Amino acid sequence: MYRYSDFDEAFTRARVAQFTQQVERRLSGALTEDEFRPLRLMNGLYLQLHAYMLRVAIPYGTLNSRQMRQLAHIADTWDKGYGHFTTRQNIQFNWPKLGDVPAILTALADVEMHAIQTSGNTIRNVTADHFAGAAADEIADPRPIAELLRQWSTDHPEFQFLPRKFKIAITGSPNDRAVTRAHDIGLRMVRQGDAAGFEVIVGGGLGRTPMIGQIINPFVTVDDLLPYLEAILATYNEAGRRDNKYKARIKITVFENGLDAFRAEVDRRFAELRPRFTLNRAFLAEIEAAFAPPAFRNAPVDAHLLALGNPAYADWAQTNLTEHRNAQYAIVTISLKAHGETPGDASSAQMRVLADLAQTYGHDELRISHEQNVILPHVHKGDLPAVWAALTEAGLATANVGLLSDIIACPGMDYCALATARSIPVAQALATHFRDLGLEQEIGALKIKISGCINACGHHHVGHIGILGLDRAGVENYQITLGGDATENAAIGERAGPGFAYDQIVPAIERLLRAYLDVRADAQETFADAFRRLGPDPFKEALYGTAARDAA
Amino acid sequence: MPRFTPKTVTANDLRSGDAVWLTADDRWSPNHHDAELIEDEAHAQLRLLHAHRQGQIVVGAYLADARQGPAGPEPVHFREEFRTRGPSNYVHGKQAERA
Repeated sequence: MYRYSDFDEAFTRARVAQFTQQVERRLSGALTEDEFRPLRLMNGLYLQLHAYMLRVAIPYGTLNSRQMRQLAHIADTWDKGYGHFTTRQNIQFNWPKLGDVPAILTALADVEMHAIQTSGNTIRNVTADHFAGAAADEIADPRPIAELLRQWSTDHPEFQFLPRKFKIAITGSPNDRAVTRAHDIGLRMVRQGDAAGFEVIVGGGLGRTPMIGQIINPFVTVDDLLPYLEAILATYNEAGRRDNKYKARIKITVFENGLDAFRAEVDRRFAELRPRFTLNRAFLAEIEAAFAPPAFRNAPVDAHLLALGNPAYADWAQTNLTEHRNAQYAIVTISLKAHGETPGDASSAQMRVLADLAQTYGHDELRISHEQNVILPHVHKGDLPAVWAALTEAGLATANVGLLSDIIACPGMDYCALATARSIPVAQALATHFRDLGLEQEIGALKIKISGCINACGHHHVGHIGILGLDRAGVENYQITLGGDATENAAIGERAGPGFAYDQIVPAIERLLRAYLDVRADAQETFADAFRRLGPDPFKEALYGTAARDAA
Repeated sequence: MPRFTPKTVTANDLRSGDAVWLTADDRWSPNHHDAELIEDEAHAQLRLLHAHRQGQIVVGAYLADARQGPAGPEPVHFREEFRTRGPSNYVHGKQAERA
């Protein structure tokens, strides 16, 4: 795993010292809120509905056991004993006191973590495929490049005051698990001959104007990547709109200028910038060495094969394991979606169990997925039964990854000051309702994603079923979108029709899914496949009835 | 002319971030029922100006719709109601302090 260089260490400590003084000056009255607000946001500190919220970056979603234990320690010492993992591979603490934040940042710096650039109009935490370095379908681990981007973007003097926030996602696999087409820049590793480079996607994003990113360049070599990205950012920084917050993201800049004109300007900038950049190969090799695969063991896998005789274990193995690049290993996804619990939340006790398992069985590596689960990327199959037993004891063995209750949900109006409705209770109610009906397994693969406002942190546009919570005349109201896709075949879902009241959204989803069970060709045809084959009509009819459809 | 909807002045405590309401005697209370229910628009603006000068105690003051209830002013909008209680997924925030 990448370890901080002396430079990283000094920089992080200096920022903690600066912010400590800024907090002191705010508390003493030397700084007004107007002066302090941009400073706290630069350090990931928000003020939400009930309390402050500290958003901590987990670069490319990678953690070791020591870092996870420290997050547990922070949760116990300065928060309420839990943390919330987000759709951008961050962890949020929902209850810190302003005066405690410097101590929290010090505790984070002690384990090479920080909250820098998790807010504000800067380049945010660079996210990556959560199976990076482990997936069987991968060209190469994208995290060395993600780390290079972290170093390039952190405190980049030109890009601290962009027109709007800027999110980059990267994957090394043709199967996109990082939602690269819904980011300001998406990077997909591709090969040309022997050389690995990146397809660069620009102008994707969700929010009030959802757009699928477009390929601005089909192949940028590793040597050219930083100057090319710098050229995109510089073009956006100048051409991006600062007159209207809602038109300030790069997706609007690209859309309003047209991709060809935007690309021409990027190419012009790139020609200027390219000679000034020399990729230090030795430096990149050092980073790559830090992400070298662990020493995989060669040992029997019989224990796993035997355990498959236990139906509960077999269910879990079916949903929560993914093929590893080493046939003796598996990637374990640990669901943070126990039925009725808050999607993405882990208690401090659970964090310690995760840390222990990573240390004992997982080559000391953990990942956080944008789907708000935790991953042990490298577990020898012979150890899987022991891992499952420990997870079961900790309430972490829910066998639902990829199923209905594996729901993405933003914090919504239970926490967020921007929210227009709640998300979490809708996710909880859906999960328990379909468990009680006994339909979850039969429904099979399904992505439900819930956002509590139009900003779409819950990725509702790219859910097979998306739910958007709104405030309609002072009452919570939930709109349904259908047919979204977050993968390499990314698609924005279409709005099904009028929204549903808080107490009507679960029955509406039940009608929708019963209709799916009725119309699917066979049990192998997923909801997404059936929707693609049949279009929205049978599903709209289930939601609104025949009359409503004919009137529309 | 549309009738003025009664208001409270509300904000978050600078130190804890907790939701607070301005009382008639210029305190900031964590309890909505203690709030001054403002029935006059001009007075509401004066009270909001007063709140904006309290930047060393509270952050982000604004006017929120409210109505008189049996125990004191009550919120009208569900967002403001959540602010009097805390999140729905855990017994945290004000609801925990009351329990």
